[in-house]
Amino acid sequence: MQQRPERDARPLDAWRTCLRLGAIGAIVLGCGAAFAYVGGWLDPQRLTPDRIVDALETNSGVHAGFRRNHAKGVCVVGHFESSGAAHALSTAAVFAPGNTPVVGRLALPGGNPYAPDSSVPIRSFALQFTASDGEQWRTGMNSMPVFALATPQAFYEQQLAARPDPKTGKPDPRRMQTFFAAHPETAAFRAWAKTARPSASYATESYYGLNAFYFVDAQGKRQPVRWHLAPLDAVAAPAAQPRHDANYLQADLQQRLAQGPLRWRLLVTLGAAGDPTGDATRQWPADRPTIDAGTVVIARSMPQDDGPCRDVNYDPTILPRGIAISDDPLLPARSAAYAASYERRTREGAPQGGMPSSQSTQPERAQ
Amino acid sequence: MSLPAYSVNRPPAKFSLLARLLHWSMAVGIVAMLFIGVGMVASVSERHQWLVQVHKPLGVALLALACIRLGRRLAKGVPALPAGMPAWQRQAALASHVLLYALMFAMPLIGWAMVSAGGYPVTVASWQLPPIAPADAALFAWLRGAHRYLAYLLFATVLLHLAAALFHGWIRRDGVLESMTRGR
Repeated sequence: MQQRPERDARPLDAWRTCLRLGAIGAIVLGCGAAFAYVGGWLDPQRLTPDRIVDALETNSGVHAGFRRNHAKGVCVVGHFESSGAAHALSTAAVFAPGNTPVVGRLALPGGNPYAPDSSVPIRSFALQFTASDGEQWRTGMNSMPVFALATPQAFYEQQLAARPDPKTGKPDPRRMQTFFAAHPETAAFRAWAKTARPSASYATESYYGLNAFYFVDAQGKRQPVRWHLAPLDAVAAPAAQPRHDANYLQADLQQRLAQGPLRWRLLVTLGAAGDPTGDATRQWPADRPTIDAGTVVIARSMPQDDGPCRDVNYDPTILPRGIAISDDPLLPARSAAYAASYERRTREGAPQGGMPSSQSTQPERAQ
Repeated sequence: MSLPAYSVNRPPAKFSLLARLLHWSMAVGIVAMLFIGVGMVASVSERHQWLVQVHKPLGVALLALACIRLGRRLAKGVPALPAGMPAWQRQAALASHVLLYALMFAMPLIGWAMVSAGGYPVTVASWQLPPIAPADAALFAWLRGAHRYLAYLLFATVLLHLAAALFHGWIRRDGVLESMTRGR
């Protein structure tokens, strides 16, 4: 076996050896420090996905296996009947005429999976559309038309301000007032919240995507859009009353589904040049044209402890070709924080001691 | 005793140009990948989105390069280590290279399997790859942990490899570093 000849055999003196070993050590340490800096370990001020999720956990407690936000909810399944009307603006297969199966989740905001349904006036609807080509569109929508905050930093600070006072178990109203005073962009949301009442049904609500996106057509033209779901033929329900039990939304949903599917129109609002795409606190002018892209039909519901939505991370940046994210800074933050929440809850296993009265609506579930 | 005991042929006297190209392109790619990975999971800004968009195709490219590289190594071998090296250093060299090769394959495959097990569509650049694991939350959680901790292990092994290469080049001055930098 041929051995490489030893080269440069002049011995190094002890001082030079130490110097060179020191240089090697410094290079290795420098690389390690750069890695630690990029990973956020040397930068305690940086807003990371884990810090956002930590703040949610501090406010609501850790409920093993549950989502860290919108923890209380119910799985629904059905399909989307595309009208074909949006297909000219977006190449996404989901907008071609025809049906696409959906797995959805109706939920309450907040990290407490046992919160009474009347505790917040907001409901949310997350959907996952799976097209025949395997592409997916995931979206998380809320029942208010405008979001309170524009940036992940502001969202994080709101979580800090809303930290429950150990004495009362509730957020300190003065701290919340101070927060809102420092964040005038919350005005539109607060105006909505002033008149909003917790609805008695998921079915009667409209659900807004809040963030702007782009539809991309076959020529690559990008159209700014926002979407929302508007209920079709949902019989009005009285606003939540104290006599309702804490879990009336699920009972109402089951009752309605027993009588037939629930429907929402998927309405896509087209932004004009100059409409803000990067600020979820600002609505677009009311006269912007809207396309009726089709109907979301929900046929069944099942508990989230073992339903098909349980293991879905409704990351709103999971999009098919033909839909693209905008410059809204909340979108990457949602993606990153949802991933951190998903990692934590899947590590903990399925949620334990789930919802009271978490019965399935249907015999079909066994199928 | 030669470091890669896999070759049936006599070990070559030097690293070929292809071997060096593979080594240095993968070195840049792997180090970039480790920094991208650790940076993207610590970011909530738009940087998070474009780092993820780079992470996935780069991972697929590194997996392809790793296949070519292992094939080349099995077929052609690598130069022998200098005769005067202590046994423990030879063993450390062998073990760290086995670990580097194992992780070069494991990291992209675990990443791909993890995305599959999470029920996500496996979208790489604008391609849709097939899932290579069943959608299973417990499996996802396990693979997600493996991806994270094996990445730390890979980074530590790369640093050790770097330190050993510099030790050969600056302290032992035995030509091992030059065999990869200059092909001699």
